[in-house]
Amino acid sequence: MESLLHITTLHYLVLGAALFLLGVIGVLTRRNVVIVLMSIELILNAVNLNLIAFSRFWGGVHGQIFAIFVITDAAAEAAVGLGILIAFFRNKETVNVDEVNLLKW
Amino acid sequence: MNPVAEPALATPFFFYLLSGLMLIGGILVITRKNAVHSALALIVTLLAQSAIYLMLYAPFVAGVQIILYAGGIMVLFLFVIMLVNIDRALKERQFNRQWLVGMAAATALGGLFIAVYARGKAIFPERILTTAEGNNTQRVADMLYGPYMFAFEIASLLLLVAIIGAVVMAKKRI
Repeated sequence: MESLLHITTLHYLVLGAALFLLGVIGVLTRRNVVIVLMSIELILNAVNLNLIAFSRFWGGVHGQIFAIFVITDAAAEAAVGLGILIAFFRNKETVNVDEVNLLKW
Repeated sequence: MNPVAEPALATPFFFYLLSGLMLIGGILVITRKNAVHSALALIVTLLAQSAIYLMLYAPFVAGVQIILYAGGIMVLFLFVIMLVNIDRALKERQFNRQWLVGMAAATALGGLFIAVYARGKAIFPERILTTAEGNNTQRVADMLYGPYMFAFEIASLLLLVAIIGAVVMAKKRI
């Protein structure tokens, strides 16, 4: 068990894994679509933390470049996801994922 | 790229303070009834994460995170929450019917993480310290406009497609 006072890369990875786990729980258990989308943003942030921790570990900036692209991608995906949410909300006055069942037979 | 010294990057106080803030913010995001509270908790998480990026000697990404993520994406989320905010949703059930299966899957994922950690933590060797370089933004710019130029252009194309897609999705009449 590594010392808890000397902060190594592993600490950041464990923190990233914990955030990822919280995001996964949010995606799997919440009914509100907006909160599901925010949990997806939590997952992306956990990945970013991993990337930047490794970028510092290896010394180059490649991980930071990747993290910038992940942030860009998260912005695009949040915009499109929220557009879909608004379009759906206009049809059915609900924000619950349970009631998104128009394609159900 | 040769591996440089192990980063003793932070005083443990700041690391534990910021990581505690991030985890509390994350827990608040997934458990709050009110979506606005979740959005504000996510903003707290993002700001704490930006401070952790500063500790990892990535000031450019920290700035990008604050400006884009906390200042752009989360404001977009808050706008949409205001648009679709119905008081009826606050009184309904907050967790869906398969929450048990979801928690079981998340526990399995957590077990997988613990197993990976237990097996793999010997990979990271002890290293010596280095000093932080002062031209992080310059190096990021050299990389973005050099080897990663193609990905940079594709990212701007992706943003264009996302803008058009979001406008078309949210229009009343196409």
